[in-house]
Amino acid sequence: MAVAADAGALPSTSTADRQRIFVASQWQLTWWRFRKHRVAVASAIVVAGFYLVVPGADFLACSDPSASEAQRSLMPPQLIHWFDEGRLRPHVYGLKGARDPKTFKRVYQPDPSQKIPIRFFAQGFEYRFLGLFPMSRHLIGVDPGRDASTTIFLLGTDVQGRDLWSRLMYGTRISLTIGLLGVTMSLVLGVVLGGLSGFYGGILDTVIQRIIEILRSIPTIPLWMGLAAALPRDWTILQVYFAITIIISLLGWTELARVIRGRFLALREEDFVVSARLVGCSRMRTIFVHMVPSFMSHIIAATTLALPAMIISETALSFLGLGLRPPAISWGVLLQQAQNVQTVAISPWLMLPAVPVIVAVMAFNFLGDGLRDAADPYGR
Amino acid sequence: MLAYIGRRALLAVFTVWAISMLAFAIIQLPPGDYVTSYIAQMASMGSVVTDEEAQNLRIQYGLGQPIYVQYWKWMKQIGDGNFGFSMEWRRPVTEVIGERLWLTVVVAVSALLLTWVLALPIGIYSAVRQYSIGDYTATFVGFIGLAVPNFLLALVLLYLGFTMFNAHIGGLFSPELQDAPWSWARVWDLLKHLPIPALILGLAGTAQQIRIMRANLLDELGKPYVVTARSKGLPETRVIVKYPVRMALNPFASTIGYTLPYIVSGSIIVSLVLGLPTVGPLLLRALISQDMFLAGTIVLLLGIMTVIGTLISDIVLVWIDPRIRLEDT
Repeated sequence: MAVAADAGALPSTSTADRQRIFVASQWQLTWWRFRKHRVAVASAIVVAGFYLVVPGADFLACSDPSASEAQRSLMPPQLIHWFDEGRLRPHVYGLKGARDPKTFKRVYQPDPSQKIPIRFFAQGFEYRFLGLFPMSRHLIGVDPGRDASTTIFLLGTDVQGRDLWSRLMYGTRISLTIGLLGVTMSLVLGVVLGGLSGFYGGILDTVIQRIIEILRSIPTIPLWMGLAAALPRDWTILQVYFAITIIISLLGWTELARVIRGRFLALREEDFVVSARLVGCSRMRTIFVHMVPSFMSHIIAATTLALPAMIISETALSFLGLGLRPPAISWGVLLQQAQNVQTVAISPWLMLPAVPVIVAVMAFNFLGDGLRDAADPYGR
Repeated sequence: MLAYIGRRALLAVFTVWAISMLAFAIIQLPPGDYVTSYIAQMASMGSVVTDEEAQNLRIQYGLGQPIYVQYWKWMKQIGDGNFGFSMEWRRPVTEVIGERLWLTVVVAVSALLLTWVLALPIGIYSAVRQYSIGDYTATFVGFIGLAVPNFLLALVLLYLGFTMFNAHIGGLFSPELQDAPWSWARVWDLLKHLPIPALILGLAGTAQQIRIMRANLLDELGKPYVVTARSKGLPETRVIVKYPVRMALNPFASTIGYTLPYIVSGSIIVSLVLGLPTVGPLLLRALISQDMFLAGTIVLLLGIMTVIGTLISDIVLVWIDPRIRLEDT
């Protein structure tokens, strides 16, 4: 991309600035370069926003994600009206539900006479913030004590009358942490096997490379499906969560291992590595004190680029009903409701969980691209 | 050259072996065995399997034996063309899979062909007219193609087709030809239904190939031999198509190895969304009902299919790139 190509050229050429470049650490140089890549910086902000949802899901949710109510099945999203009689007073219209006499489906009409004011930092269902502090404040909500028809559904409700917005918040928490955990496990496998392969070379290298080639030439989804289907049905959500993470990372480490091996091969014969060896550094010291820091930024970039694949894998598996299963909530579990085109045609908001998937995947891709360009000292 | 192909073929054999082990693991992993699920199935239909019968079945299928013996037996069975018995369908696995396997191949191959047909001209255009509106459009569509998981794309297209044209865009055949015997009319019907699944499956690959083609061609375009060709007065089209494009073509063949598994993977889940009669929906049903021989066979066959595709791409690569032919053998 054009932005990326320009990113390398550090702007000023005055002597003072040049000296600043000469003494800057590698991290500083990387950061300066990264800053120039505007799309990547914007993506970094988006990604940070996504990860804020992980601890804040309970706070951002309006209502209990598993509270179902048949009377509120498949309600459309309620638009926020910001002004009331010329003053800033955010509110939503109440929805009147009735049965269509012909189709027997519940249809909802907004009722402008019934204004439900939105309260910020409102009281709502109880939760434990970060799993520790009991709290009941939520970012937005409605006055407590009113009857069930006056709730707020920013993104509508699902078949069982559960608030889609709140469920999306909890789903984000699960989907993003699965991606992060999966990529961490892949990273461990990738660093160990890629490192062994690149540092020692020889037969070990050949064997590991062949294993990688074999794993990469196997279609992954059927295998994942097979492994995921074998998980016992009576496992708890937590057990399934970790099992899915392991299954995804078992097949996902190959790309990371390839990158790391490449860096090891490139560095092995560098002067500073040879001298470290000659002055008698142990192998471990050579690797972790001298070699790893010099390609740490590459690892971070490769890890960022591997994350979207993890997120898509979890979403795909859960979408098929083989990954996380209700009552667990993830993006894939939410999208399961959108599997049937007839349902979606009547209630298109059920497809909304696809939006965060696509945005997150794009943001991670741009961020990873930016990091990779910034981390490469020989780039233009 | 022969040594190169030989090496790739050897690796392919190893891969098939690895896949067969994994497929067998899938068959073995769920708790219980074939007979326990058979007994459960019989019980649900109201008949009882006596202990003696169960014991006989176990001996017949060799279920009490060590894992490696069972694996060996399964392999020997497959050698005779017998992939086992589908419990859910009460028919041999080969019969159940039937033409679905070939339809999977057709869908995957057409997605691959579409990838090339789209990526080649667009990639060349993007490189030759760098930073033009067309180039930016291609880059943008490419990023979307990479970021949207194909099953979501299928879902969105299905929704749009349903609400805007009131047409069901899924399936591979029109309803009246669904179970008809093969005829020219049915082949034509299949061809009419193919573009949408092929496009959905091929989009991510196309996006990737456009980026690779663009980058490679840009590298080549700056080289002295292009300037020489141009200064000698060759027409511009010939300058570009004859030399640099040929050089930049390499990754097209060499990435089949990675693109094909991806397409086959995607076809499983996209088939489910679009209701395509491939092995995808069959695999999901088999896994959920623990019809393990069917599931294992499908995984094995899909794997073998991919490996063969990759091997063909290796041979094509040798054919178009003389440098590999001349490499130390």
